[in-house]
Amino acid sequence: MRTFNFLLAGVGGQGTLLASDIVADVGMRLGGDVKKSEVHGMSQRGGAVTSHVRWGERLASPLCEMGTVDYFLAQEKLEALRWIEFLAPTGTVLLSDQTIPPTSTVFGTDAYPDDDSVQGTLRQAAANVLRIPAQAIAVDLGNSRVANSVLLGALSAQLEFPAEAWLAVVAERVPHRHIEINRRAFMAGREGHWRL
Amino acid sequence: MEKRILSGNEALAQGAWEAGVEVAAAYPGTPSTEILENLRLFPEIYAEWSANEKVALDVAIGAAYAGKRALAAMKHVGLNVASESLFYSAYTGVNAGLVIINADDPGLHSSQNEQDNRHYARFAKVPMLEPSDSQEAKDLVAVALDISEQFDTPVLLRTTTRTSHAKSIVTVGERKTVAQRPYQKNPPKYVMIPGFAKQRHPVVEERMQRLAEFCESFPGNRLEGGSPRLGIVASGPSYQYAREVFPEATFLKLGMVWPLPRRMLLDFAGSVERVIVVEELDPFFEEHLHSLGIPAEGKAYFPMVGEFSIEIVRRGAHAAGLVDRGPLDRKISKPALPARPPVLCAGCGHRDVFSMLRKLKVTVNSDIGCYALGVMPPLGATDTIGCMGASIGVATGMRRGDLPGANVAVIGDSTFFHAGLPALANAVYNQTPLTTIVVDNRTTGMTGHQGNPGTGLTLTRHQNPTIDIAGVARAMGVRHVSTVESTERERLEEAVREAIDSGGPAVVIAKTPCVFVSSHGRSAYRVLEEDCNGCTLCMRLGCPAIYKSATLDAKTKRPLAWIDPVACVGCGLCFDVCARQAILEGELQAARPVVEAVS
Repeated sequence: MRTFNFLLAGVGGQGTLLASDIVADVGMRLGGDVKKSEVHGMSQRGGAVTSHVRWGERLASPLCEMGTVDYFLAQEKLEALRWIEFLAPTGTVLLSDQTIPPTSTVFGTDAYPDDDSVQGTLRQAAANVLRIPAQAIAVDLGNSRVANSVLLGALSAQLEFPAEAWLAVVAERVPHRHIEINRRAFMAGREGHWRL
Repeated sequence: MEKRILSGNEALAQGAWEAGVEVAAAYPGTPSTEILENLRLFPEIYAEWSANEKVALDVAIGAAYAGKRALAAMKHVGLNVASESLFYSAYTGVNAGLVIINADDPGLHSSQNEQDNRHYARFAKVPMLEPSDSQEAKDLVAVALDISEQFDTPVLLRTTTRTSHAKSIVTVGERKTVAQRPYQKNPPKYVMIPGFAKQRHPVVEERMQRLAEFCESFPGNRLEGGSPRLGIVASGPSYQYAREVFPEATFLKLGMVWPLPRRMLLDFAGSVERVIVVEELDPFFEEHLHSLGIPAEGKAYFPMVGEFSIEIVRRGAHAAGLVDRGPLDRKISKPALPARPPVLCAGCGHRDVFSMLRKLKVTVNSDIGCYALGVMPPLGATDTIGCMGASIGVATGMRRGDLPGANVAVIGDSTFFHAGLPALANAVYNQTPLTTIVVDNRTTGMTGHQGNPGTGLTLTRHQNPTIDIAGVARAMGVRHVSTVESTERERLEEAVREAIDSGGPAVVIAKTPCVFVSSHGRSAYRVLEEDCNGCTLCMRLGCPAIYKSATLDAKTKRPLAWIDPVACVGCGLCFDVCARQAILEGELQAARPVVEAVS
């Protein structure tokens, strides 16, 4: 297996760690070496959260090097900009079209970047940007919490591996009664045609 | 053999189980918490949350004396708390194996400092091992216990955040049964009065000499062949970053970071043209290499501060003229980004306390826990935070230092039992006119909702008797003790004012269960757009459920407030501060029963 570098970024509570666990598990089942890195503790209280996942033949570092990420799954627009330097110039951003304003933009004078600057920055940094209304799709399906499955489905469509390799892991990682809705969310992400 | 993706902490727990550990104790602390949380899943092991790290280490030492393999785990600053026990156990030795897992936090992801605890191994004269990934973490637990028994010494096993919280593939095995070693009464060995301790010190020195010999052939110290032009000395996660940056170099990968293998290092240095040490935090290896006369280079290029990464090691390597710049040169222009620090959760009772303290304009000596976030804007109520339990002592000193105006100590329930008790006893003993607010949220919040002596819920989910904080304070002789719900805001403020005015040592217990433990019993609140004029009073609570609306007030042109109905948990603080009654109360719901902790 060639080396794949993934970065996932979101806000504490968005399920970044679960989504990255799924990516890691898929890599192991595809026969690769897998390394993953995340940080717990304080950042879980609504702070910025990232998780690095790597697949490959034989890996050393559990962190991706800046400028080498192939696939950047951004669960929130501001967080997409915060970590964009990790992306390789040939890399793909999968952007969930979601805004979670930090409290400093509510009580203070900090401004949340507007959509034009979000899109402009990503377009300049990435070879490929896919904007995915993951939250809206999830709500349409009946549960806003399956947005991550939409994103994982969209990510899976970028890689050459069958949907079953992913769905088997998703099914193990979500509560039994939510397997079907997560499968539908995953397929919606996988089969959609996304662009910026 | 089964393969699993495990975090370093999960692998340490698995390794302890496989190696026949029977007793484990810890106090929760990032990045070490998950070690015991995973150990509790093995029914063969007695595992407990102890009241603090020193108690945890004493428990593990006692179990090892009794003849069972034992483990204690703590974060780096936890070893400061437990250090006195580390030092005496180095003298007494152990009987059955004892491994002390110490998790350092370079980069201060969740700590008050980034001390390098390799120094503790040299300081206390005990061996220290350090893994680089989860497989090594699992394997080194068994190795540590074997060394512990062979040399009759506690063994430190050091991780960092990046080893503890990184995941990699681990081959798991079966549990080894280890027979209990008989305990024999032996006061000269186990009683550290001066006369006996004097006889133990030479034993410790002689043991370190034998360990220095042992580490020369220790398989965890590994020579990895490569170009003779460059030799890298590294351990832990730094080894992994260096492996990425220097694929061609010769490596000396150290799995035992104290004592260090003198002959191995000299031979290694003699076999390569240039020796580079890649180590996070202090120049621990580098200075030792210098003491051996090896012209090693390290901190000239790699920072002493913060956590490493591939790009940091590459930057240093470039400065040393060893590699090209590599991919890190990407320059992407982007707008100024607002920071996203952690915030108190929506509905957190600590917000009530700090918004009240800000109003009272008192000096606040706070402590370690979620409520440390009371310092963040817009609450900004806190003046000092040091370490676990420092609030009450520092507040005492500020009173004795004639600080103008009132000051209060703020301490959480778990922290109170960890290190607050002696400081409160001291305030009573010396009759310091001090008010202590115990913010009792019925859990150890920041580390993931563990039980504590105040909740009585143990690591293995037994509901034991609870210790009543008000009763403890009274028993200590605090005459003014009151207990209020944090969400009864007028009553809370009144209670704190009365405590300050009482003039003696006073304790106010501000009690509101953590929102992860119990709900407020109301549905989401809602902003009435026709009554809100965008005054920002509610926005300045720093609640993550309150946003600026896209709608502007017709007159003031300010954005109205908007409450996220998904994030709001119905605490009602915004309702209480709103001066225009522009917030509609959530509907009463059946409150979830208080469960003392969640898994």
